[in-house]
Amino acid sequence: MADTTEHGADPEHEGGTRRDFLYLTTAAVGVVGLGVAVWPFINSMNPAADTLALATVDVDLSALEVGQAITVMWQGKPVFIRYRTPEEITEAESVDPAILPDPQTDAERFPVEPNYMVVVGLCTHLGCVPLGQKSTDPRGDYGGYFCPCHGSHYDTSGRIRQGPAPENLLVPAYAFVEERQIVIGEEA
Amino acid sequence: MAHGSSAVNFKNPAVRWVDRRLPIFSMMHREYGEFPTPRNFNYLWNFGALSMFFLILMIATGVMLAMHYTPSTDDAFASVERIMRDVNGGWLLRYLHMNGASFFFIVVYIHMFRGLFYGSYKAPRELLWMLGVVIFLLMMATAFMGYVLPWGQMSYWGATVITNLFSTIPVAGDAIVTWLWGGFSVDNPTLNRFFSLHFLLPFVILGVVVLHIAALHVTGSNNPTGIEPKGPQDTLPFHPYYTMKDTFGLAVCLILFSIMVFFAPNFMGHPDNYIPANPLVTPSHIVPEWYFLPFYAILRAVTFNFLFIPAELGGVILMFGSIILLFFLPWLDTSKVRSTKYRPVYKWFFWLFVIDVLVLGYMGSQPAEGINVLIAQLATLYYFVHFLVVLPLLGKFERPKPLPRSIAEAVLPRGGGAADMAAAPARPMDKA
Repeated sequence: MADTTEHGADPEHEGGTRRDFLYLTTAAVGVVGLGVAVWPFINSMNPAADTLALATVDVDLSALEVGQAITVMWQGKPVFIRYRTPEEITEAESVDPAILPDPQTDAERFPVEPNYMVVVGLCTHLGCVPLGQKSTDPRGDYGGYFCPCHGSHYDTSGRIRQGPAPENLLVPAYAFVEERQIVIGEEA
Repeated sequence: MAHGSSAVNFKNPAVRWVDRRLPIFSMMHREYGEFPTPRNFNYLWNFGALSMFFLILMIATGVMLAMHYTPSTDDAFASVERIMRDVNGGWLLRYLHMNGASFFFIVVYIHMFRGLFYGSYKAPRELLWMLGVVIFLLMMATAFMGYVLPWGQMSYWGATVITNLFSTIPVAGDAIVTWLWGGFSVDNPTLNRFFSLHFLLPFVILGVVVLHIAALHVTGSNNPTGIEPKGPQDTLPFHPYYTMKDTFGLAVCLILFSIMVFFAPNFMGHPDNYIPANPLVTPSHIVPEWYFLPFYAILRAVTFNFLFIPAELGGVILMFGSIILLFFLPWLDTSKVRSTKYRPVYKWFFWLFVIDVLVLGYMGSQPAEGINVLIAQLATLYYFVHFLVVLPLLGKFERPKPLPRSIAEAVLPRGGGAADMAAAPARPMDKA
């Protein structure tokens, strides 16, 4: 085989015979074909249609009274919804964002309806579930949430104030479909 | 003696018939019968064989457990409890598998310690060592996924913390984590794929072990002096000398293993993993299994952003880096002398490194707060200094002790070594 190649090579066309070209194009087609063939295997590990179908969740807030909070599951993660008291809202709005580790105003976080705080209940440090949904829970030094794992304190807007967490509690995409009903997982 | 494919003339005609057509009996005789092995092995050379034993034990118990386990978030925890209570001997299989994982890591860590102390990674055994590092990485992946299967609180939260590490990868991080999970959190698809891979990877490990041993039988074993056998006076046939020594070591190891399995089966586990997984409640203190603790400490040691690298990503890079470094060890250690016995300065650094890894392990088990953070950071720093500064420089500056001329001279009482050794001048670059 190797000999045939040697004989077929034209000495005047060094490094570029017809056979080299055929080798390269065959290899290229082979690589592309392999990639195409592998893709279904990799893609099968992406979220399946039924998993994606559960990507949004409807929450009825009409039973929620001022000061109360509920936890709902969305995409396998807890979402904290708290009907904030006027004092909590005032406190959240009065903070100068410049002093925050992850500067954000309360209005930037909850522009539509500031009465409801809607955040993903996972500490942005290592993903623990912070305490503070129940009125009997420790809520940390800033009245929001307290993560018992490594001591992160969140304020009444869910913003990180103290501790190792790098970011504010994530505000999921959500939209009001009625006055007191939201869909989590859908852009407003 | 060991070389050439000269077929052995077996007495049994059936064996001879097979051997003519597929010379496996000749191969076994050549590689495990008469295979010339340095005569001076100490008991640290048992741990390769012990690792092999535990790999086979894990596969055997694992296959049996898989017949009773249900990989589904609704049933996984209950099926493990059913194995413990109702399946005949299920408790024994599971405790053997649980403690077998810990013992597998214990014997592999001692095996690695042996390789580090006696310089078994140096030329011509670099590839042998690197295959070992591949096995170690595969073991860690397998153990991590296996720990998720019982679907207890530590399973769930350990999986959440570790898979979330990949979200720190710039740009594609979140997409990668979603792909790993098969959803938007650790859930049923995650458990199913972890079960599939936990079943697959041990056989991949077995394949790499075959390559590891094949490479070993090309170069031959290192030995406590770190010098190559120079002739028949330096070696013994593998059988019966080392088959017996390995068997004795295995017996001692199995006594210790049985003590753990029968009297303290949960000593190395976490009570939290007997609570079913609950995505709404985090255990107050998430800790990985003990064999991951040094690496977990390195992961958490980075608490500050470095240039454009955020702290979390920095921790992930260092943690993977601490293992990837092992691939480069044969070239980072510039000393030509293998055995630490003949390296008077390196000896101290070696033990300092061992202590450093133990400190990291302890710090990994402690809450990351107060002085612990600083200690873990210093220990992490030293880990990298050892590989990247001490090892390359020491080989240039250290004056090793004179090496014996042969294994026989070093270990036999009348080898006449002492006088000759004094005569041999010591040079910094003394060849092994």
